[in-house]
Amino acid sequence: MKLELRGITKRFGSLVANDHIDLTVEAGEIHCLLGENGAGKSTLMNVLYGLYQADDGEVLLDDEVMHFAGPGDAMAAGIGMVHQHFMLIPVFTVAENVMLGHEATKAGGILDLATARARVREISDRFGFDVDPDALVDDLPVGVQQRVEIIKALSHDARVLVFDEPTAVLTPQETDELMQIMRQLKESGTSIVFITHKLREVREVADRITVIRLGKVVGEASPTASNVELAALMVGRAVELTVHKEEPKIGEAALVVEGLSVIDHIGQLVVNDVSFTVRKGEILAVAGVQGNGQTELTEALVGLQPRVQGSIKLDGVELTTSNVRKILDAGVGFIPEDRNEDGLVGEFSIAENLMLDRSNGAPFVKAGNVQRGFLAEFARDRVKEFDVRTQGIDEKVGRLSGGNQQKVVLARELSRDLSLFVAAQPTRGVDVGSIEFIHKRIVATRDAGVPVVVVSTELDEVAALADRIMVMYRGRIVGIVPGDTPRDVLGLMMAGEAPAEGAAA
Amino acid sequence: MSDPQPPRGDAPGTDHDADVAIEEPGALAPGAAPSPVTTATPAPTAGEVEPPSRWHTMLRQISTGNAIISVLSVVLALLVGAIMIAFTDERVQAASGYFFARPGDTFIAIWESVSGAYSALFQGSVYNFRRDTFAAGIRPLTETLTFATPLIAGGLGVGLAFRVGMFNIGGRGQMLIAASVAGWIGFAVDLPMGLHMLVALVGGLLGGALWAGIAGLLKARTGAHEVIVTIMLNYVAFYLVSWMLRTPGLLQAPGSSNPKTPAMKETAIFPLLLGQQYNLHFGFILVIAATILVWWILSRSSLGFKFRAVGENPNAARVAGINVSSMYVYAMLIAGALLGLAGVSQVLGTVTTGFTAGIDAGIGFDAITVALLGRSTPWGIFIAGILFGAFKAGGFSMQAAEGVPVEIVLVVQSLIVLFIAAPPLVRTIFRLPDPKAGPKRPRPIVTKEVDAK
Repeated sequence: MKLELRGITKRFGSLVANDHIDLTVEAGEIHCLLGENGAGKSTLMNVLYGLYQADDGEVLLDDEVMHFAGPGDAMAAGIGMVHQHFMLIPVFTVAENVMLGHEATKAGGILDLATARARVREISDRFGFDVDPDALVDDLPVGVQQRVEIIKALSHDARVLVFDEPTAVLTPQETDELMQIMRQLKESGTSIVFITHKLREVREVADRITVIRLGKVVGEASPTASNVELAALMVGRAVELTVHKEEPKIGEAALVVEGLSVIDHIGQLVVNDVSFTVRKGEILAVAGVQGNGQTELTEALVGLQPRVQGSIKLDGVELTTSNVRKILDAGVGFIPEDRNEDGLVGEFSIAENLMLDRSNGAPFVKAGNVQRGFLAEFARDRVKEFDVRTQGIDEKVGRLSGGNQQKVVLARELSRDLSLFVAAQPTRGVDVGSIEFIHKRIVATRDAGVPVVVVSTELDEVAALADRIMVMYRGRIVGIVPGDTPRDVLGLMMAGEAPAEGAAA
Repeated sequence: MSDPQPPRGDAPGTDHDADVAIEEPGALAPGAAPSPVTTATPAPTAGEVEPPSRWHTMLRQISTGNAIISVLSVVLALLVGAIMIAFTDERVQAASGYFFARPGDTFIAIWESVSGAYSALFQGSVYNFRRDTFAAGIRPLTETLTFATPLIAGGLGVGLAFRVGMFNIGGRGQMLIAASVAGWIGFAVDLPMGLHMLVALVGGLLGGALWAGIAGLLKARTGAHEVIVTIMLNYVAFYLVSWMLRTPGLLQAPGSSNPKTPAMKETAIFPLLLGQQYNLHFGFILVIAATILVWWILSRSSLGFKFRAVGENPNAARVAGINVSSMYVYAMLIAGALLGLAGVSQVLGTVTTGFTAGIDAGIGFDAITVALLGRSTPWGIFIAGILFGAFKAGGFSMQAAEGVPVEIVLVVQSLIVLFIAAPPLVRTIFRLPDPKAGPKRPRPIVTKEVDAK
């Protein structure tokens, strides 16, 4: 089915999220929609899916103008959406999830599960998905859950499939499998819109690429375009994708973790007997698929996990018996994984957020009084130094873009004398331009002789920053390998396979 | 109200502006040195950019922010109150019986009943024009302030807890305990003048603080929800105090079988501020001091910084090394002390002849309303407390003078809160701009782009 968007315009107040966007997706084509966070990709797809009403422009399917009042209409017309955050009910089986919203019933209102099961099997067989219709969604790995989403869309006879950032939660292997599935769907005549900001995936699978920036189509590109060209289109200027870094000047061991285990609030062993060392002036990148214990590991380093066994020594001082306040005072800088949840107070001003973890004494507090003059001066300096784009230091942090928010966190943490820097997902949800800046600052911190631990699920980031890479799987360390380890090896390690002998660093 | 920026912003003209205006013609007239003038002018105009923008943000904050909603809610509630006054008035009912014959009568009756009721409310709460002397005429205002005293103190207690992310519904219990401690010290202990009052006051504050501290401690240690705990502690306090009031040797007046305490000793009573003919007492001064203190805590002190951080985002506060649990306890201690001040001012200031278990007079709950209306800001609460004090003082005279049921005042109070709780309703009625659709960076990107990985 051919999908055409003509002159789609969507405004929110004075902000134009989509400005006369034209997009044509031919039948049996994989069309990539590339753009930074906030460029308007998701808004456009929500218009297509009937979640938003466009202020202007029209949607055409096979040259016929469509009017969608809601997702129901869009689905009926043959548009399916695979959301980044799965719209599945964990306690239902696959078949139940697939039939949800279109429940066929037998006489007396009894659900016709048999038909749903058959439908799941049929689609699953057609594409070789290998999905059990009676499995509980909760028990399935993330990659398989995504296939359930795809089956759900296909079961409604979707002829146009929209994938909204589908690879964010997948391992590299799962990503490759997804690409394979996309190609199969394409063979069967389905049109695919693939939304992403990951350049590698785009070039691998796309037939055509449309780049969106600030709500406008800024160009079309072919899959043969280089990463640098695509990035420049996305950001609107030339971007350095690789971080230039000198050879590390490695000092003595600073952070020594031995036999560390963490038990979470529901009693699960989430970090299992982990031991490693980080030396001064090096970056240890912790790679792994989301949810394999990296979050808890970083939290344990900062004293945020209550049930910890084993030992964490920083410059010879034991940290496990300490509390967050003392650990921060000992010079540990921390960028939490979820800045909105754990890193910032959205209703606070930039200035207030810059003193958030230093509200205990000089120089920000004297005799119980917040030193407002000093704080304002400090905030203005940091805003300038870290290039935070803002109306002023009194603007609420919640109103900043993701990249600028992260710069505020970074500015706060790097403005102290550090003895250890822990950054969890430092560039998640951050635009390409800010990523470049944040990476430079992290490398600069390393070069200043600070031991750095970076946790990332993005292999690009791991490869860009790491002097050594530690891969975690199900709470254990799969291996610690040199920073230049090839992608496919890392991918296998992220799936739990130990590296070949001799690769350890 | 929607777009007040340009004309308003330019109009006031700062001193800076004036300087330029004077300098320029003066420098131009001699024509001797045109160049310094031209170089001098751009600099001030560049600096000129700031004042209008500050004006602009201020006006926008007022129009789209919370303060204006509070004011408009009061206006709306008074309008609805007017309708109810008209409906319940017998003269209006009688005139509407022949509405189609003489509609004018109905409108006159409505006008008379509504204006009569509200002017009685005003005269009962601010200034009574029917008195001969100013001293007698101003008495209602002092009554308003007297009623406002415990409301403000209580409102501060509830509002402070709000800012730390807690709902302190236990005002009643905290007031009762504070009143009992202060009252017992007031009638049972012999101390010299001044010192006696001070000891009773401090005792009462401690009583309220500790009673609220129980809830804070339970929340911090066990995660028990403060709403449930404080509500239950209200019952505990009420029946504990009731029992003590019935038990000779504890709070009950000797030789009496009523559940009531003896009168406070002279040495413990709050002095009257304006002499014998007014009821306004020293408690009002204490409440002003408390308002300043709470303002300092919340907007200037590091403790308040931590309070607000915990209130807005306890997770981020914890990650930033702030001890969230102890902040909950400290906040409840201070909140309890403030509600304690409300209780103390009742027994040592307003009702000094001995008290019963009804001494809290519903103030513990009215305090929640006051805190809401005051947007949990100290001075907002101060103003809201005075407004509610005026309703209390004026409500009685409205009933006495015009026969308007005093319940209408309570309905108006309730409506105020109802409107505050539904800002979009108020905005729609008055066609105010939605702050979320403001000109700056709004948050329309409601999709996953924001948290996309």
